[in-house]
Amino acid sequence: MTDIASGPPAAGSQAGRRPEAIKAIPVRHPWRWVSAVVVFAVVADAVYTVITAPHMRWEFVSRYLFGRLILEGAVLTLELTVTAMAIGIALGVVLAVMRLSPNPVMSWLSWFYIWFFRGTPVLVQIFFWYNLALVLPHMGIGIPGTQIGLQASTNWLITPLMAAIFGLGFNEAAYMAEIVRAGIISVEVGQAEAAQALGMTRLQVMQRIVLPQAMRVIIPPTGNETISMLKTTSLAFVATVPELFTRAGQISSANFAVVELLIVISIWYLAMTSILTVGQFYLERHFGRGSQRELPPTPFRRFRQMLFTFHAPPPGTALAPPINSGRH
Amino acid sequence: MAAAPMVKAETVYKNYGRLEVLRGIDLEVLPKEVMCIIGPSGSGKSTFLRCINHLEKIDAGRLSVDGELVGYRERNNRLYELPDREVCRKRSEIGMVFQRFNLFPHMTALENVVEAPVRVKKEGRASAAARARALLERVGLTEKVDAYPNQLSGGQQQRVAIARALAMQPKLMLFDEPTSALDPELVGEVLDVMRGLAQDGMTMIVVTHEMGFAREVGDNLVFMDSGIIVEQGAPRDVLANPQHERTRSFLSKVL
Repeated sequence: MTDIASGPPAAGSQAGRRPEAIKAIPVRHPWRWVSAVVVFAVVADAVYTVITAPHMRWEFVSRYLFGRLILEGAVLTLELTVTAMAIGIALGVVLAVMRLSPNPVMSWLSWFYIWFFRGTPVLVQIFFWYNLALVLPHMGIGIPGTQIGLQASTNWLITPLMAAIFGLGFNEAAYMAEIVRAGIISVEVGQAEAAQALGMTRLQVMQRIVLPQAMRVIIPPTGNETISMLKTTSLAFVATVPELFTRAGQISSANFAVVELLIVISIWYLAMTSILTVGQFYLERHFGRGSQRELPPTPFRRFRQMLFTFHAPPPGTALAPPINSGRH
Repeated sequence: MAAAPMVKAETVYKNYGRLEVLRGIDLEVLPKEVMCIIGPSGSGKSTFLRCINHLEKIDAGRLSVDGELVGYRERNNRLYELPDREVCRKRSEIGMVFQRFNLFPHMTALENVVEAPVRVKKEGRASAAARARALLERVGLTEKVDAYPNQLSGGQQQRVAIARALAMQPKLMLFDEPTSALDPELVGEVLDVMRGLAQDGMTMIVVTHEMGFAREVGDNLVFMDSGIIVEQGAPRDVLANPQHERTRSFLSKVL
């Protein structure tokens, strides 16, 4: 029997009786090795088939990969993506807040917008803006019944680039509105209540308390949308906007290197989406502030850790050691 | 003649759909008074508290704070709903502390306390921060100024929440079961802060299950059950010598 009267046992008082650390032989996974070999063989064969395709002219790929026309196309694709997403996010936030507004006019207007722009194909929308001048040669704003107002030719207002931006951006806003709304709803009601109890207005509560917390939920699907948008910009070719896909089409219609140029632009799309993925990671890290005790390690740190430990940690375990872990 | 009451409720009714949560509450809280409200869960005590700063609308009766109706203006015997701006201004004069703290998790302790003075009162950031630091010191959290809520214990979070409410220099503080979500060993530190506030003359309405606190700090004690005030009086009397059977059976279970 231990001596209870001597108070709580000091740390390590039982150290002498601590058994040796377990050294067990880990379970072997032979099928992992087998499947790895099979997968590698299949993929290698597919790659080899493409590389050695009889009519593939690889010199076209290398010639055009950094060609001026393609580079310009890539820049335009990026610009289109950024502009359309900017419109989509800004308008989406407004629509989401309107949708949740106690004002029925606002909430119905938002509902109608989402219903309409989500319910029609984005390709149709781009084409619509592009061809609007056919039925509406002039556009303007003014006060009805007076001569006061501004008018301009539709062709001058809606250039092909604008048609693509409107089509992509307005469509995106409908999707972003739903994403933002989901984010707003995900924030605990107590947060808004606490802010209201301090005397903050509805708008302040939204801006300062709810939206920043909603970001954590909003960012991952928004990253998804951005990556998706980067590829959807290729639809701008129907409006003759000279982005990547249009450029590839123009070049290959001259030299018939269709597949080669598709490979060229695919490389660019992949490169750009990869960069966006990294950007998304850091954004998520930034907005995860305060929600986790410890920020997740950056890929670089994770890589370094992997090198030092010489094996991937088992799934589901924290990669970074907790700050206060007393055990080592 | 006693001072004009800080809070005055006259036959206040509140229902959610067909469920009547408050069924005729009459209550007066004087300035500098500490009023404790006890009662079983579902008795309407939290709802009543939330009606005082208009987080909930009452359905019948009159409820006023510092002589002004909550949520309405009365003119020519008719009630006019107050615009949002007015409701916000009145709320800013009443501090509220929640059971689940409800600190803003994306802000540090200091930012939590600074937020409302800067946004609502348009106070300068520097002076608001200086006051916030003083308040956090007062609740014993000088070291934790830059900590995020999830780096704080429950007791520390609740003390930040109290500092956050005090930063608006309220004339009335509402506490909605401020210690109910805390580990037992952390309850004391929060009650100590509240005791200090009471000694400094803050008008407080405290919904609580801490009978010791009610007995020691409370000037008045109200026992509520199923939407009505069953019994009311000096805490010592009500706790030691309850007049109603319902009070007796409740106290026998919690004491």
